[in-house]
Amino acid sequence: MRDVAGEAGGAVKVEAKGFRLYYGEFQALKGLDAAFPDKSITAIIGPSGCGKSTFLRSINRMNDLIEGVRVAGEIVYGGKNIYDPSVDLTWLRSRIGMVFQRPVAFPLSIYDNVACAPRVQGITKKSELDQIVERSLKGVGLWDDVKDDLRKPAGGLSLGNQQKLCIARAISTNPDVILLDEPASALDPMATLRLEDLMWELRENYCLVIVTHNMQQASRASDYTMFMLDGEIVEMGHTRQVFTNPRDPRTERYVTGKLV
Amino acid sequence: MTPSSGSGRVSGLDVARRPERKPGRLGMALVRASAFLTVAVLVFIIGYVLVRGARVLTPRFLLGFPEKMGREGGIYPSIVGTFVLTSLSVAIAAPLGIGTAVFLTEYTSEGLFSRIVRFGTESLAGIPSIIFGLFGFLFFVIRLGMGWSILSGSLTLAAMMLPTIVRTSEESLRSVPDIYRETAYALGASRWQTVTSVVLPSAVPGIVTGVILAMGRAVGETAAVIFTAGSSLRLPGSIFDPVRTLPVHFYILAREGISLENAYGTAAVLIIAVLLVDFAAYYTLHRVSKRRSVTGR
Repeated sequence: MRDVAGEAGGAVKVEAKGFRLYYGEFQALKGLDAAFPDKSITAIIGPSGCGKSTFLRSINRMNDLIEGVRVAGEIVYGGKNIYDPSVDLTWLRSRIGMVFQRPVAFPLSIYDNVACAPRVQGITKKSELDQIVERSLKGVGLWDDVKDDLRKPAGGLSLGNQQKLCIARAISTNPDVILLDEPASALDPMATLRLEDLMWELRENYCLVIVTHNMQQASRASDYTMFMLDGEIVEMGHTRQVFTNPRDPRTERYVTGKLV
Repeated sequence: MTPSSGSGRVSGLDVARRPERKPGRLGMALVRASAFLTVAVLVFIIGYVLVRGARVLTPRFLLGFPEKMGREGGIYPSIVGTFVLTSLSVAIAAPLGIGTAVFLTEYTSEGLFSRIVRFGTESLAGIPSIIFGLFGFLFFVIRLGMGWSILSGSLTLAAMMLPTIVRTSEESLRSVPDIYRETAYALGASRWQTVTSVVLPSAVPGIVTGVILAMGRAVGETAAVIFTAGSSLRLPGSIFDPVRTLPVHFYILAREGISLENAYGTAAVLIIAVLLVDFAAYYTLHRVSKRRSVTGR
């Protein structure tokens, strides 16, 4: 699987080495090895309960919030195992941003929804925040739509634009990696396509990892695809190869819709 | 499956289309009557007090000092006293109550300790106000030597307001979706930052409502206040001075037969003040929630 990293556009940004995760006694992830290269999109697919969201959430340690979770093995980012006790979570999560299934616009203004992320990092100067907000909103192509409405509630935006706002918030801290957990599941088909366009644009500068249930989305909007089953990686490779010429019969059954 | 569910829907429609039956009408009449009666009682009480009190409501009554034990003159010191006493109680009770609610919802999981805290605050809510008065008198006024003063009264009232503030704040904090917290953590926020920058702002409308409810109870409180803040007719110079709040004033005016007319006037002022606070709060809340609305324009 590591060979994938070598061929990619950028250097490896995040790498899992024998990563295991337990919910109490239950082992949800059974020794995962995977590399996510820079300037690329990796899609994680697999049936419900296969551990793909759990794995995604392990990459910025969101599973820390759940009681009874234990991990073993490593996830390496920036030359460091992110589960090392010396790792500062605020730093880690500013470098590895996350976007959730449903757009989570806080009941604040559009401006404050973006600015809350740099504020958490301790940036309070208004001119600096203004700049970050503008840059982030431009980064997701939302600036021209909302630049006159920055003080209006974010809840007034369409769902598609709310999700873009969430991505703007995620990139406001200048991360390396953006994790997307089924980001289009609440969006209509048009908004989904626009979101995928945006992902291709972001790919120029970031390492993106997306969990998706939508097979077409995975095939349309990713460079690499990782197929997971029962807490294991069955196959990982170039998206076209995984979808047209899978090495594992289980992958073939899944991508052709025969395995539920 | 399809035919049976289809017929079910049709028969459901049939039932819905037949609201003209007599028991329905009777029920409707009953609930209408109770709603009407409730409103009527409210309007009658407020209207009666306002009409009877309106006669004495002059600028001189509002801004003048009482003369002859309140038989003549105005109620200015009582207006000031009520305002200061209530504000100070809110200033004491709101941070404590909201802090307790934040602790219960954000910092502990359900356990023995949180159950004890909750049981304690709920029991506090059931205690008659006269007991608070007695406690305030013995503890703040005598034991701590604060005397009859705004401070003693405010501390006592604050203790009475706490349960309401804790419970309503807790409810509105719990209604903040967990995904907000998760998202804030994903942005690198600490627990404290999550609470202060995301959870509390989202819960503001509910919290403010709770504080106002509690304030409404405090502003009209008589028994606890008369024991702790005294019944001095003078204008208070500091929070260590005694005051006579509006409810205490009209209690004394009416009870001692000093002036029923001025008692109604005082009551009218109190009612108007409470209504004004309610309207102001409702108006600002409405604006705030409109500005922050999550779901729509």
